[in-house]
Amino acid sequence: MKRLVALGAVILTAAALAWAGADAPARTGGAPKPVIVKAVKGERCVESNEFMRRNHMKVLNHQRDETVIEGIRTKKFSLKQCIECHASEKTGSVAASKDDFCVSCHSYAAVKIDCFDCHSTKPQGSMAMHPLNAESAHYAHKLAATAGSKISAEEMAKVAR
Amino acid sequence: MASITFREVEGSSLKYWLLFGGLALFVLFGALSWNYMHHHGHVVTGMDNQVVWGLPHVFAVFLIVAASGALNVASIASVFNKPMYKPLAPLSAILALALMLGGLLVLVLDLGRSDRLIVAMTHFNFKSMFTWNVFLYSGFFGLVGVYLWTMLDRSVKSYSKAAGTAAFIWRLVLTTGTGSLFGFLIARTLYGTSMLAPMFIILSFAYGLAVYLMVLTAAYAWSGRPLGDAVMTRLKNLLAVFVAAALYFVVVYHMTNLYFTKDHAVEAFILRDGGTITSLFWIGQILIGCVAPLVILLTGLSKSRSWIMLACLMIVLGGIAQMYVTIIGAQAWPLDMFPGLKESSSFFDGQIHHYVPSTPEIFLGLGGVAIALLVTTFAVKVLRLLPESLDDATVAKLEH
Amino acid sequence: MNTMKQKSSENAQPASAERRRFMSVAGATAAGLAIAPGVMLVEVAHGRPEDQPASSAVRWGMLVDSTKCATGCNECVSACSTENGWTPVAESKHPKQAPQWIRKLELQDPLTHHETNLPMMCQHCAEPPCVDVCPTGASFKRADGIVLVNRHTCIGCRYCMMACPYKARSLVHENLHDTQKPDVPRGIGCVESCTFCVQKVDRGDGTTACVEACTAAGHNALVFGDLNDPESEISKKLREIPTKEVRADLNLNLGVRYHGI
Repeated sequence: MKRLVALGAVILTAAALAWAGADAPARTGGAPKPVIVKAVKGERCVESNEFMRRNHMKVLNHQRDETVIEGIRTKKFSLKQCIECHASEKTGSVAASKDDFCVSCHSYAAVKIDCFDCHSTKPQGSMAMHPLNAESAHYAHKLAATAGSKISAEEMAKVAR
Repeated sequence: MASITFREVEGSSLKYWLLFGGLALFVLFGALSWNYMHHHGHVVTGMDNQVVWGLPHVFAVFLIVAASGALNVASIASVFNKPMYKPLAPLSAILALALMLGGLLVLVLDLGRSDRLIVAMTHFNFKSMFTWNVFLYSGFFGLVGVYLWTMLDRSVKSYSKAAGTAAFIWRLVLTTGTGSLFGFLIARTLYGTSMLAPMFIILSFAYGLAVYLMVLTAAYAWSGRPLGDAVMTRLKNLLAVFVAAALYFVVVYHMTNLYFTKDHAVEAFILRDGGTITSLFWIGQILIGCVAPLVILLTGLSKSRSWIMLACLMIVLGGIAQMYVTIIGAQAWPLDMFPGLKESSSFFDGQIHHYVPSTPEIFLGLGGVAIALLVTTFAVKVLRLLPESLDDATVAKLEH
Repeated sequence: MNTMKQKSSENAQPASAERRRFMSVAGATAAGLAIAPGVMLVEVAHGRPEDQPASSAVRWGMLVDSTKCATGCNECVSACSTENGWTPVAESKHPKQAPQWIRKLELQDPLTHHETNLPMMCQHCAEPPCVDVCPTGASFKRADGIVLVNRHTCIGCRYCMMACPYKARSLVHENLHDTQKPDVPRGIGCVESCTFCVQKVDRGDGTTACVEACTAAGHNALVFGDLNDPESEISKKLREIPTKEVRADLNLNLGVRYHGI
């Protein structure tokens, strides 16, 4: 009986390994290096690259608590500001495709993040770029509402932005 | 006092491994259900923004309540110095730990963000009954673990009474905490009463002992060890007292509500018009869970061990029905924000909320039961928890 | 300067964000120089600089005049959904599981058949039961009285939903697939509710999407403002007309007050 169990365990492990192996790319030089595209907007980051590479998670964590709990909304280390500059030109996002700024490095480093379970991966004003958003009724509704009411063009610009 | 020999069960028969494998299969189903729910979100469950706690909570709360009750046999032995219960104590402790584990797993795997369990362990709000429960559950594992150790290791045996007493007091506080999870909610008509805390304690006595009796009888029958009628009679009489007390609390609870005009509508819903909830209350909770077992346990029927087992099974099923009525029934009734006025909205205000559990919820709940039984099955194989014999002669010697 | 700012926030006139921020900073400085410190705090919070935390000198609140709330009108609900990015229930594939931050509630007296209409949402209690019961402290009340969920520590236990007497909270039951607004993070497995448009409040708009929509539709049933400022529009109105709290028996000291219930 025990032997049977052991045999089962061996078979399962082997199968799991084979399955995991099937997914991996051809092993020429380890995992593919992350693609780091220069930020679309802005001349340089709020801190040196060296600092940001090591500390972005710390400053983001610190900022998130200040923003959510206290309502401090400084821009320097805000995730929204990161996305503002680093969203890729192709996808308009920092995490939509595997070469996008956040995903590229994080998959290389195998560090799972759940920021984008809740946060939008796109900068403000890019609503129309997302097919789901562009066609969504809320946007249509807002346009209809603004067209039919006395709200100014400035207000509309604000909504779009 | 005569000494009792404890021994591991052999656990090498095909029957043992079939039991083990069967339970493991249900644990696997539970794990798959969690994976499915976690991947898709709660959208694949029957729960919604009206009935926010569903079947997993029913199972989880039942298991947690039964866990603290399963410890009672051990408490009677050490706290109340009844020598007859001493040989029954180790199984009681391990069963308590196993049921608690099963219940807690179901509870945490049903979280919207079960991946963030670490947050629940590192961020505390001490005004929350949930936070208190986190500490009560951890303390329970610690204290019952130590208690079990004092029972199994001769070198620390002298601490057994102290550890047993601590565990007993702790379990009373713990079940108070479980009942207060609901008792401390002001929003819902059927909650917000201190009645729920003592009621949950008495329910735990009944559920825990019923589960204990079934596991004890099964373990002895399947391992071919003698289990005398003296033990059975003592325990089934005790069980009858607990079930009667539980029924008493249910009656007082509903009678109180029925006296208050403001609660007439919700009581009518539970007792008369609630469809599934009403059936579960009268047929499940009252008939199967209380009345029928009382008839069996208090009449000559209980001379037969099969009838006692049936009574225990009915108490467990009735208990699950009772938790269903307590948890789902209370949520099915809409919040009364404007007493006296009829409410309606797109958010289902003012209407009865219907809940149908989905398959993954059922298997997640059953997975919790399975893990509790699996742990127990494994523990009796590797630890010396069960006396070699509990026949009447052996037990009689203990009394003198 | 000071009066200018006051006027702009009261009329809820759209001004550019930069201009508003400049004005509020300047206003705060002027006020700080001219008036006593306590008063200054109030002024700062109306158009708070972005590096300042929300202040307890302010308590945001809302007045709902149910006598002006039009039957069948859903403007406030649509505006909220647009501003905060939640799918309107009519478009949801799972209506019973769809979050609703605000909904129109229709009340009828079964004896007199008198009907009342009102929006129902988070009441931003001073003593919120959801904050009491939250095991991790994710459900919290900000210094300025806005009750929020910190999604970084929300574990989705839904105890707050069991505790809220107003059914104000929803669980996000499914993946949102990156449809969130950049200003309004929200996500699967976490609980959410009305935030008093905290992103707008912090921007200095001094109003919420639902109030703007109600005003734009010409009903003027909603007023938003600082309950601690005796000179605010809402404080003046609340002094004038009788209002009630929903489930006043619970004594939770609500931030939302209703007239005509």
